Amino acid sequence: MLRYVLRRLVSLIPVLLGISMVTFALIRLIPGDVVDLILGNEVAMGGERAAELRRLFGLDQPIYVQYLQWASDVVRGDLGHSLRTGKPVLGEILGRLPTTIELTLFSLVFALLIAIPMGIIAALKAGTRTEAGVQVLGLLGLSVPNFWLGTLLILLTSRYLGWFPAANYVPFSVDPWRNIQIFILPGIALGAALAAITLRMTRSSLLEVLNREYVTTARAKGVAERQVIVRHALKNAMIPVVTVVGIQVGRLLGGAIIIEQVFNLPGIGRLAIDAIQQRDYTMIQGVVLFTTLAFVLINLAVDLLYAFIDPRIRYS
Amino acid sequence: MGEIRQSITLRDTAEMPGALRGASSRTVWARAARHLARSTSGKIGLLLVALVLLMALAAPLIAPHDPYEQTVFRLYGPSLYFPFGTDEFGRDVMSRVIYGARISLQVGLIAVAIALVIGGLLGLVAGYFGGWVDSVISRVLDIVFAFPDILLALALLAVLGPELHNVMIAIGIVYMPSFARIVRGPVLSAKHNEYVEASRVIGAGTLRTLFRHILPNVTAPLIVQTTIALSFAILSEAALSFLGLGAQPPTPSWGAMLSGGRRFVEIAPWTAIFPGLAIMIAVLGFNLLGDWLRDVLDPRAVR
Repeated sequence: MLRYVLRRLVSLIPVLLGISMVTFALIRLIPGDVVDLILGNEVAMGGERAAELRRLFGLDQPIYVQYLQWASDVVRGDLGHSLRTGKPVLGEILGRLPTTIELTLFSLVFALLIAIPMGIIAALKAGTRTEAGVQVLGLLGLSVPNFWLGTLLILLTSRYLGWFPAANYVPFSVDPWRNIQIFILPGIALGAALAAITLRMTRSSLLEVLNREYVTTARAKGVAERQVIVRHALKNAMIPVVTVVGIQVGRLLGGAIIIEQVFNLPGIGRLAIDAIQQRDYTMIQGVVLFTTLAFVLINLAVDLLYAFIDPRIRYS
Repeated sequence: MGEIRQSITLRDTAEMPGALRGASSRTVWARAARHLARSTSGKIGLLLVALVLLMALAAPLIAPHDPYEQTVFRLYGPSLYFPFGTDEFGRDVMSRVIYGARISLQVGLIAVAIALVIGGLLGLVAGYFGGWVDSVISRVLDIVFAFPDILLALALLAVLGPELHNVMIAIGIVYMPSFARIVRGPVLSAKHNEYVEASRVIGAGTLRTLFRHILPNVTAPLIVQTTIALSFAILSEAALSFLGLGAQPPTPSWGAMLSGGRRFVEIAPWTAIFPGLAIMIAVLGFNLLGDWLRDVLDPRAVR
């Protein structure tokens, strides 16, 4: 196991280097540079103040020196300062992080609570209308745009049911109950696609396992059907489901960007969109780097977890 | 569709020497037709895609109004005159939804074409030449793949500027690695096949070997991937336009319409319901079509 962990960690190094280079290059691709953005158009490019600022930011250095400088700052946890507010980028991101994490967790819990029982039912009732219905639901869940689903949920609850009026955000520490209420609808909207994927995987995986010989053997030796399903089939059927869910957890991060916009949640996604609208390039750079690192590390954690559950992976 | 036939026939003739080209290509179409007759989801997919295509191609003929024309009937509910109601500028939502199919398909097709051509070529070169070329290309693609897709598109749009043609480039770059991966594997294994070596012995150049003999091996999976990528591209364009980074007003893009309608959703739900429904129909259609094509073209693929 240790060898596998080490191998995975080593293989991560070129990817991390590449990510840092792409993120660094991103900010250089904009027309003009950071100094032009700060000073605005009215200041002549060759102005003394501009030259001074460029020296201050190290923009007069060769590009590889700038990269090394930036990379060493990043490694020490300094992602620079916002071009608009002057606040440290990392601090802003960490301040928004709990909201995004809470949203992701809500959607994950919702998806698993809905999808696994429905997938099991669909597999056990193969060939019936129930199965067809669950399959249709799965397909719809895969194709419904999450931002549309979110909008429909807001419409449904506020207009027709009179529930949670789309109010301002309340942090968990201020009013936990209000806070949880706020996350229910966004969690459903973000989790729907994951639920659909998990549902389909659970169904097909369980169907396959139910045809295996050891299930037939268990039935033949007189094990109660309930026991056969829970102990023999389900346990093995869940392995591919775990992988699929793992792969998708990282993708929830991307989806959260859109859902935060729909529900006015002050998470990292909102930070990114606001930064793009205000052309706050250091902030954009910071959010992209931070989120991508989180994404890569989540995927690594899932891989390691999977190798831990299923030893065959380690040796392939 | 000539390539599909060619790819299957080539594969078949490789496996069963002496098989007639015409005969085996007929069985592909026969299988497709048989499969379509049995597959409800395939039929629905084909129908939905046809509906979207019809909206895009015949928009000026079937749209009841000019999608840009503003009237005094603001936020009017659905009626005979405005079947899907009107938006906050008094524009006909139905006409805008119909014209929106053009934007979605155009962005989707061009974005997927960029991903297919560049990604496909990279995969071909990586697989065929192997060695350090393969390592470099694979590493670079791994890095692109390491970014969450919507975030990478956002970052690219932040730099390039929020315009529709940049959306095509951004989505194209995001989906490039998946095409490269699909091509690389089969090319890697196909280049050692006897017919490839034979063609080289006869004196075929690298390009001829690549495009005439190796590429046909991957056309089937490429067609499936293209169809499924189209559904993702349409969804991504809608999401980016929804976030205000894609189509700008007054362009009738489904995502942008939904984003505008969202502000009035409680008093005028139709402004948000119909554009979203259109996105879902297009995405579902290409998804189902892709699934069906996979069953027909690639029977060995595990479902």
